[in-house]
Amino acid sequence: MLTKQDKIDIFHEMTMIRKFEEKAGEMYERGNIRGFLHLYIGQEAVASGFMWPLRADDYVIGAYREHGQALGRCASPRAVMAELFGKSTGVSGGKGGSMHLFDVNRRFLGGTAIVGGGLPIAAGIGFAINYHGGDQICLCFFGDGAVNEGSFHETLNIASLWNLPILFICENNLYGMGTAVERASAVPNLPRRAQCYSMAVETVDGMDVLAVYEMADRLISEVRETKRPAFVEAVTYRYRGHSIADPGTYRTKEEIEEWRRRDPIVQYGKKLLDEGTLSSEEIEKIHSDVAKEIEAAVQFAEDSPIPKPEALYQDVYANRI
Amino acid sequence: MSKGDKMPVIYYRQALNQALREEMRRDENVFVIGEEVAQYQGAYRVTEDLLEEFGDRRVKDTPISEEVIAGIGTGAAMVGLRPVVEMMTVNFALLAMDQIVNHAAKLRYMSGGQIKIPMVIRAPEGAGMQLGAQHSQNLEAWFVHVPGLKVVTASTPYDAKGLLKSAIRDDSPVIFLEHALLYSMRGEVPEEGYTLPIGRADVKRKGDDITIIAYLRMVHIALSAAEALAKTGISAEVIDLRTLRPMDISTLVESVKKTKHAIIVEEDWPQCGIGAQVVDQLQLHAFDYLDAPIMRVTLADTPMPYSRELEQSALPNVEKVIATAGSVLKGTAREPAVSI
Repeated sequence: MLTKQDKIDIFHEMTMIRKFEEKAGEMYERGNIRGFLHLYIGQEAVASGFMWPLRADDYVIGAYREHGQALGRCASPRAVMAELFGKSTGVSGGKGGSMHLFDVNRRFLGGTAIVGGGLPIAAGIGFAINYHGGDQICLCFFGDGAVNEGSFHETLNIASLWNLPILFICENNLYGMGTAVERASAVPNLPRRAQCYSMAVETVDGMDVLAVYEMADRLISEVRETKRPAFVEAVTYRYRGHSIADPGTYRTKEEIEEWRRRDPIVQYGKKLLDEGTLSSEEIEKIHSDVAKEIEAAVQFAEDSPIPKPEALYQDVYANRI
Repeated sequence: MSKGDKMPVIYYRQALNQALREEMRRDENVFVIGEEVAQYQGAYRVTEDLLEEFGDRRVKDTPISEEVIAGIGTGAAMVGLRPVVEMMTVNFALLAMDQIVNHAAKLRYMSGGQIKIPMVIRAPEGAGMQLGAQHSQNLEAWFVHVPGLKVVTASTPYDAKGLLKSAIRDDSPVIFLEHALLYSMRGEVPEEGYTLPIGRADVKRKGDDITIIAYLRMVHIALSAAEALAKTGISAEVIDLRTLRPMDISTLVESVKKTKHAIIVEEDWPQCGIGAQVVDQLQLHAFDYLDAPIMRVTLADTPMPYSRELEQSALPNVEKVIATAGSVLKGTAREPAVSI
């Protein structure tokens, strides 16, 4: 059960992810961030809802649109922003960038830019948990595009065969880059694809953080107890294009507007207001506190040193060769 | 073992088996995973009897799903285990290249050093059994190309045991390449545990007139050629590279300083092959010592044919090595005195 403070903290976190991403987009336009930048705006309820019931010793695997997941796993917004700036204080020391965020202390293990690439690794983490007889679980996030990769099918097969404690979370934002799910999948009902591998499958409204949280809380407990993997499709929407370079012309204005009307933060804020958890002044205060927090993250990133030249050759291997 | 005691003579595959067994006994975090490694006892019997001793928690049969097998190794290594992944043949490892190249090799670097991947991927490779183009490849250059991977090859049973034990103890991902034709080779292997250093070449035969550089099965071709050359009065030094990445250049340079001539014998294709890297490094670090261009004996630049005669003509052999050595030494005082 969520306490009042939990509810407020979740609202704070979703707002923080949103403002972080808006600011990241702005910093990209100013040239402070380069490379690919895949913003999470619109999908905040998924990261927050699924991450909230996790224990500190559970593991999380993200994909390339993983800023929100890293922040949801409590990575510092300063260190994430510094990573996007390519600074040595970044979560990955400036060597990872937007698509390769890692925070091993928080058991956030990436950060991979290959569609479907994180799934086999999640199987390895699940295997290691069972090897030690632990009761942790691994949350594995990926997009709808990954369902058509071979790695998805190999991983779900072995996870079910070996009872690996993995919760597979497919963030279905309706497009794999610019290709709509129906144009990419012979069976657009994605849970059916997972069901073939004899695991529990569910779909949740990824715009409703409380619905996501309730499902996550229940499924995480189930996976932990039964050691059986499960699959969730979280139906959500990204407001921006695939990456910052994508104007998103394959979607209509009406479609985007329709989804924006269901904005996860606005909806949740209203709910908290209606039930009296927060007043409108308190909501305003959270917004302004978060804005300050993000400004401080940008300031930290700007003030941070660039990696030293010798960093180029460091950490290619675990030992010097 | 006291002086004068004879060491046991065992097969190459048994030497690998000993290495696995000893490391699994030594470290609870070491486990073996792959297709047919447990119940079937290994396609080449390298993992024989491991299931019996260690059980199916630590000796794990998988479906035929190479990408996820490599991914399980990578993920398990990320969180502290020490996987030894068997790819039934290197040819099947191609299905796992995303996990090997994009993930295992990169995770440490792109996480800013937060992660280590103490994983070994073992795979037999090589030709000579009339298995056709998809089962007769030497792909070491593919792996050697990638920073973040180490690549180790063993040419003898003794090397196989010592190098595999070192590979298992290494904290970086190691591609450990075996040769299908070497599994039934016999050699002396101490029963006690020993390791051989990764990153060091081995002088397999001393000589003064020409350096023959080889690795894996080609070491034996090189040694046979050196025997034949000795009969013509040419003293060949044979160096086994052992580790292809990192490559021990200084041992090669020291040898070339002495012999002034070098050839490389390799079972991979010529273009961007291992020998190309050796030539680059020797011309950079030993140019002034060389009396003749360095030459290479490689696999023919074709997919491998099935026909026995065609397959044999594609492969490096003793005659080709002797002829190439003759070309390199031509015009020197060490030109072969008799035709061979």
